[in-house]
Amino acid sequence: MREIPFKLAFDKGFSMHEWALAEAVISATCQIAEKEGIKEVIEVKLKAGELQQIDLDILKFALSQLKTAKLKNTVFDIKTAKAKLKCRVCGYGWIFIKEKLDENTAEAIHFVPEIAHTFIKCPKCGSPDFEILQGRGVWLESIKGVK
Amino acid sequence: MLDPRIGIIDERLKDICNVIAVSSGKGGVGKSLVASTLALSLTNKGCSVGLLDFDFTSPSTHVILGTEGLRPKEDKGIVPPQVRGLKYMSIVHYSGKHASPLRGADISNALVELLSVTRWGKLDFLVIDMPPGIGDVTLDIVRLIKNIKFLIVTTPSRLALETVKKLVSLLKELKIPVIGVVENMKTDKSKSIRQEVENEGITFLGEIPFDTNIEDSIGNVDKLWETVFAEKVDEIASKIGALNTNS
Repeated sequence: MREIPFKLAFDKGFSMHEWALAEAVISATCQIAEKEGIKEVIEVKLKAGELQQIDLDILKFALSQLKTAKLKNTVFDIKTAKAKLKCRVCGYGWIFIKEKLDENTAEAIHFVPEIAHTFIKCPKCGSPDFEILQGRGVWLESIKGVK
Repeated sequence: MLDPRIGIIDERLKDICNVIAVSSGKGGVGKSLVASTLALSLTNKGCSVGLLDFDFTSPSTHVILGTEGLRPKEDKGIVPPQVRGLKYMSIVHYSGKHASPLRGADISNALVELLSVTRWGKLDFLVIDMPPGIGDVTLDIVRLIKNIKFLIVTTPSRLALETVKKLVSLLKELKIPVIGVVENMKTDKSKSIRQEVENEGITFLGEIPFDTNIEDSIGNVDKLWETVFAEKVDEIASKIGALNTNS
């Protein structure tokens, strides 16, 4: 299982932004485990919003590399969430589609998803004043473990 | 559902000795110029310095520094590009010349993102150029940056001072240290602002005369150094630089 993500990480210069997010997930999981008295974390459920265009293979690989002793047997269950946007001006709702953006714009949104307000407009009325209802970035949904 | 980014911010900032928010109650008092010149001046004094533009909707430090088209490197996060020896981070690296119309929740999210993925490394000082007022960014950095200190900029105007007093009052209430107040754009010899600041128990860091040459120096750091403005900020930077040995 490891060869594929490793190759991806290697191809991308082992430098992706996903690594920083994986560190945040590990750190948050350890903090919760400590607070809740969990000795061994069994499962962590994550949501990865499509707006941030997380490379799940890289994220999974980074998580596997950053595991601490308490997380050595942890399964990371990562589900993607569609990015749902809703215009505050006309009320129109739509789904973010990465393929409609050029590479530079997609990359900028990947790093700071709020940049979406710079480059994406409501398809109906053209306003940049929209709400990201769901699917912005990485969220920790639940943690299961042994106390 | 929990945002995992919050917990990593302390780790990202752990090697930064001093985080200074350059702030004011009002816009147009010269915060960005003071922040940029202060960061450059501290760098010239041999300190390792970062400059972070948190004025997301109206960033301007890139105009002062004369930079364009910079893009951070990726290395297990974001590594800020360097300008004149200082590490420089701004939303402009991603938004370019386009407007970034952001509401409060979006501003908070962008701020958390940049704090959680930017790798500053070891710094003596991280200077933050703040947006005007006591809004989302002020509340967020007070919440998220443990060792934050404020440097407040005012002008001789009663209007600016009135809002500065409110900011000082809030920071005192929250027990957030204020390094001092700088009086910018001074046109006379009145000591009234100094007295009012000192009456609040706050250090008066210095006054900067209204400098008619400053506009011509925007975008040209070499020219900026030749201004009286930069000379005065350099004197203030010497006082602030002394903080580093005390930290």
